[in-house]
Amino acid sequence: MTISQDDIKKIAHLARINISSEESILLEEKLTGIMKLIDQMQKVDTDGVEPMSHALDISQPLRADQVTESDIRTKTMALAPETEESLFIVPQVIE
Amino acid sequence: MLNLSLKQLSQQLREKAFSSEELTRFFLDRIRKYNDSLNAFITIDEDTSIAMAKQADLKIASGNQGTFTGIPIAQKDIFCADGWKTTCGSKMLENFVAPYNATVVQNFNDAGAINLGKTNMDEFAMGSSNETSYFGAVKNPWNLEYVPGGSSGGSASAVAARLAPAATGTDTGGSIRQPASLCGFTGLKPTYGLVSRYGMIAFASSLDQAGPMAPSAEDCAMMLNVMASHDIKDSTSLPHPKEDYLAPLDNSIKGLRIGMPKEFFGEGLDSEVQKIIEGAINEYKKMGAEIVEISLPNSELAIPVYYVIAPAEASSNLSRYDGVRYGYRTKEYDDLMDMYFKTRQEGFGDEVKRRILIGTYVLSAGYYDAYYLKAQKIRQLISNDFSQAFQKCDVIMGPSAPSAAFKSGEKKEDPLAMYLQDIYTISTNLAGLPAMSIPAGFTKGLPVGLQLIGNHFSEGHLLNIAHQFQLNSDWHRKTPKEID
Repeated sequence: MTISQDDIKKIAHLARINISSEESILLEEKLTGIMKLIDQMQKVDTDGVEPMSHALDISQPLRADQVTESDIRTKTMALAPETEESLFIVPQVIE
Repeated sequence: MLNLSLKQLSQQLREKAFSSEELTRFFLDRIRKYNDSLNAFITIDEDTSIAMAKQADLKIASGNQGTFTGIPIAQKDIFCADGWKTTCGSKMLENFVAPYNATVVQNFNDAGAINLGKTNMDEFAMGSSNETSYFGAVKNPWNLEYVPGGSSGGSASAVAARLAPAATGTDTGGSIRQPASLCGFTGLKPTYGLVSRYGMIAFASSLDQAGPMAPSAEDCAMMLNVMASHDIKDSTSLPHPKEDYLAPLDNSIKGLRIGMPKEFFGEGLDSEVQKIIEGAINEYKKMGAEIVEISLPNSELAIPVYYVIAPAEASSNLSRYDGVRYGYRTKEYDDLMDMYFKTRQEGFGDEVKRRILIGTYVLSAGYYDAYYLKAQKIRQLISNDFSQAFQKCDVIMGPSAPSAAFKSGEKKEDPLAMYLQDIYTISTNLAGLPAMSIPAGFTKGLPVGLQLIGNHFSEGHLLNIAHQFQLNSDWHRKTPKEID
């Protein structure tokens, strides 16, 4: 599988990353190299093999819905690039 | 104080041979002296460390101390530590001050340890040479022209140069074991789920696992006693009963069956490294172990599978860096989309972008079955290989890395060559198995590590096997000449 300039444009859009045209040219070779490495998988017969999504077969634990943590809103809001009162400020999205 | 083990430090603090404040200042002085050349630490906060040490001294004076009270530990900058800058090696988090403690950090605080500082690392733990850090490359104390390995390269350089008695690391594909091998000390990646991932900045969530990095297996056992805990804040944390990892260290290893996978000794392995590894395994034979030849037939697929699964999970995990709630935001933008695109263009480095793009590609519409699902199926085959191998042997041994440390810059522009650094370590992350690297010798003045892989939850046995080797060797006690 080779990665084309069009592919890069498409995935960069999905990933929400601006890629300059110079970067894109460099990426084409590097990403194609990585995809060639990944394509080694295709020679393996995996018919009937169950996909493994987790290292150990465990079920998701449940816990009681109780407040266990103290309120750190002031601390976390202070980390945001721009806030007003208790809101995160972003460029206007609705006219 | 320089070369005392964690056990000795604990004992001498208790006997008041020195105070925690003296000990902490001793290591802070070393950091001040050597960090300019090694770049092992991103953040030092002397006032906070000393304040913690003074508290520890009060505890010791009142006779209330635990095993870690007063011992300084360096934390990889992937762990959130309340009030500490926590960057994950990225411009994206350059000014991020963690608002809470990771469970690993909390466990060390509860045990009375001193946070000595936050260590450098590859950006978002993506790298094998610690050259992708936004805060600059880390140097190997054995030779400053060489890399320390990665991604836990700052912790590795700090432990090897004795800028810290011990440090924490994380291992997604080899990021504890490969730097431990390249810098000449002991590192352990535990069973997936043994150590909580809460507050540990996510890279590939089904593979990430934290572990100890320290000179000896005994030090690592003492650290794992603190680090391992069942945590309801991490839904993948396992309710494994608490163990004392120091207890089995002195058990006899007579009759131990060591599996040597033929795939770990083939093409791509440096011949000097091979000699050292075979020599170390021969030492085990002298100690009463027997050698069994085994096969892990799918191991060559571990790298392709990893470079689907890890980037896929990373592309999802790193979508949170959008410049809205925390982290870097671009200075000028037209609208919300433009803000996202520029923030992520400017905030992430090249390797992180490559992995996000690969991850996005393999998860994108039409490709899921061919890549992600296929990778998960082969992951199962790799895991099955280990299950079969452990019917024939108790532990698997081989090299931790295909070569000793390489020169800075040598592989920086060649991601594929860099990825091969993890060829012997990645498969254990995919299978969720515990594994260690222990010092086994030197080639051209650079350390070489022996890898030990065990079955799930065999950390106690692995540490026992490593400790018995270290009772009969002093590779783990060697220190670099450039650092006095």
